[in-house]
Amino acid sequence: MISLRKKKKRDGSAVNSDLLRRPIRKWFPLFILPVFLCFCIGFIWPFLQGIYLSFCTFNVPSDAEWVGLANYAKAFTDASFAHAFWYTAAFAVVSIIVINVFAFTVAYALTQKMRGSNLFRTVFFMPNLIGGVVLGYIWSLIFDAILKNYGTYLAANATYGFWGLVILVAWQQIGYMMIIYIAGLQAVPEDMMEAAKIDGANGWQTLFRVTIPNVMPSITICTFLTLTNSFKMFDQNLALTGGLPQVIDKVNKVKINMSELMALNIYSTYNISNKYHGVAQAKAVIFFLLVAVLALSQQYATRKKEVQQ
Amino acid sequence: MKKLIALLLAVMMVLSLVACAAKTEEPAAEEPAAEEPAAEEPAAEEPAAEEPAAEEPAASAAGSVYYLNFKPEADAAWQALAASYTEQTGVPVKVVTAASGDYDTTLNAQMGKDGAPTLFNCGNAAALANWDSYCLDLTGTDFANELSTDSFNLYNEAGELKAAGYCYESFGIIVNTALLEEAGHSLDEITDFASLKTVAEDIHARADELGFDAFTASGLDGSSSWRFSGHLANMPLYYEFRDDGVTEQPAEITGAYMDNFRNIWDLYINNAAADPASLTSSTGDEAEAQFGNGEAVFYQNGTWEYSNLVLSDDLGYKMNAEDLAMIPIYCGVDGEADAGLCSGTENCWAVNAQASEEDIQATLDFMYWVVTSDEGTAMLAEQFGSVPFKSAKAPENVFCADANDLVNAGKYTVSWAFNYTPNVDSWRAGVVTALAAYSADQSDANWDEVVSACVDGWAIEYATVNG
Repeated sequence: MISLRKKKKRDGSAVNSDLLRRPIRKWFPLFILPVFLCFCIGFIWPFLQGIYLSFCTFNVPSDAEWVGLANYAKAFTDASFAHAFWYTAAFAVVSIIVINVFAFTVAYALTQKMRGSNLFRTVFFMPNLIGGVVLGYIWSLIFDAILKNYGTYLAANATYGFWGLVILVAWQQIGYMMIIYIAGLQAVPEDMMEAAKIDGANGWQTLFRVTIPNVMPSITICTFLTLTNSFKMFDQNLALTGGLPQVIDKVNKVKINMSELMALNIYSTYNISNKYHGVAQAKAVIFFLLVAVLALSQQYATRKKEVQQ
Repeated sequence: MKKLIALLLAVMMVLSLVACAAKTEEPAAEEPAAEEPAAEEPAAEEPAAEEPAAEEPAASAAGSVYYLNFKPEADAAWQALAASYTEQTGVPVKVVTAASGDYDTTLNAQMGKDGAPTLFNCGNAAALANWDSYCLDLTGTDFANELSTDSFNLYNEAGELKAAGYCYESFGIIVNTALLEEAGHSLDEITDFASLKTVAEDIHARADELGFDAFTASGLDGSSSWRFSGHLANMPLYYEFRDDGVTEQPAEITGAYMDNFRNIWDLYINNAAADPASLTSSTGDEAEAQFGNGEAVFYQNGTWEYSNLVLSDDLGYKMNAEDLAMIPIYCGVDGEADAGLCSGTENCWAVNAQASEEDIQATLDFMYWVVTSDEGTAMLAEQFGSVPFKSAKAPENVFCADANDLVNAGKYTVSWAFNYTPNVDSWRAGVVTALAAYSADQSDANWDEVVSACVDGWAIEYATVNG
């Protein structure tokens, strides 16, 4: 009460006076309600239904039949799903490094005082405005046209598909991450830089000891975005290679789409037959948990390195 | 923040328990309804729905039709026909067309909603197995009595007519006879694989001098690869199944006619302007344009191409119908001089048995009107060509006419054996992968991979689907 009264005294005439705040504090649930309802209808309810369906076989959601953990057993023993996991993991590691290193470098270059840096920022950001499927088709044409000179083509093996996808997402996302890094770099306090300069730090020392610790919040955000983006990658994958080439493992009697990421694997599982709808759903739940755990631990790890300005 | 997350998670846990409890009851409540005759369902739903049903004439007027169309190329014609029907009868007809290649996904999504399609496509045995409980038994309806043949219909195990073929299609090799004659050959010369090969190789050898080539590009891009992994692969499958007397989906195939597949594939890719090593990026539109612009004599495709090649203003090929013919695909099998075109259908109408009674009646009335009225039959003849109905109009489509002529001349019809393919998209993806590798480097080892993709791939897909 005492603290409240103090506050009241301090900004009694300001816009956010207690007189205005009290009803807001009292009634905010009412104002949140419409959005919260939308969130429930559009996100929470389908999410819960999805979890429920992962324990069922179903053709359409309304005729689901409970089968317990059978779908999960199938998902975990599916060699194509395991392959998709490792392929996705490798893709995520490579693309996180490539995108962030390039984005930071470009951002660093464009925050130095140079002519036309605003133009460059705009141009580098533009690929991000093109949709994934369109990008996938365009890049598949480009790659095929290049590989044609060497008597081969994009779907010939999974390595081409892998690096093709890395190039594609790097091209698409570097500009976006660059913008975030630029904002971070511009927030590094001038006086710190000046102090470092006076103390005789050279360019590299300033970069690693002053600049990077200060942009850790941006690094946290960018690694989070690139990590989740690479794990959830779907449309670019579908349009670029569609998972091809497909190889047959004659020993284990399975077919594996060599350039298939997890999201596409889930999608094609769903289309096998109606018996597999539940399996695809189970894979999707596993996929969700995986992405959630990875993203949260990444947040925890990079947050620890952030410094107070 | 942490408290909020914890709270959310707790809410989720509670909600999920509630959801599970509520949901497990639902299917139990629905099951008896599914076993009983479908007609009882609407009565159980709402007492209000019974009132209009009591008055006979109002009943059909109260219903509405929702057709989930399977063929994107016929969308405009269906929309026009639906609008005209609504104008004449007042019955609302909604036509929605699924995107090409997305029918199953769309159907799954739509069937899960209120106001599900009342008329949908159920094109093969696998689809019927999935949707059996959603398909009304059409036996004895006015519509079913209009069918002129039984051969394109689908029956369930109980022998009920669950889906009726409303048109059938044929594919083969489309020939530009004007160019063929310009090259000094005629259609009569081509009677089997050897003669087709002679003609094609001669044209390809003189391509520079003639200004056109033998075959259009056999593109393996997703927009074109189905012509080969689906349609051309039907040749070895058909002959194998014919020899072995296969009448239902086999667990394994032998690949007995794979050499014939290689014959015809080699002929396609080595007698065309397109580079065999870059077929993966070659599209269906590209092949169509080559044929439409008179750059190639032969083009493997189906009766549905007629409208694109001859009629379409948008594409602008406007070829002369007299210059076009469709011949069987020859691949060097004994006795194939007696072969006709590959005919079959994946276009079978099924009526949603779980729709309300008024909607079912309205849908049946609409179907009957489409296959009997002047307007409807005209549209069917124009859009679909070969239509198995008593009051069907003669098609102007020359390819359909060729199909009929071959049947009338006593040639055997090559049926669509590919309808038995297990997990069809994945099986075809394997075949395309192997065909692409083989085309770039035409070695025996690479052909063995094509054989493996077909034969081993079949066994694996069958085990996956049925395992």
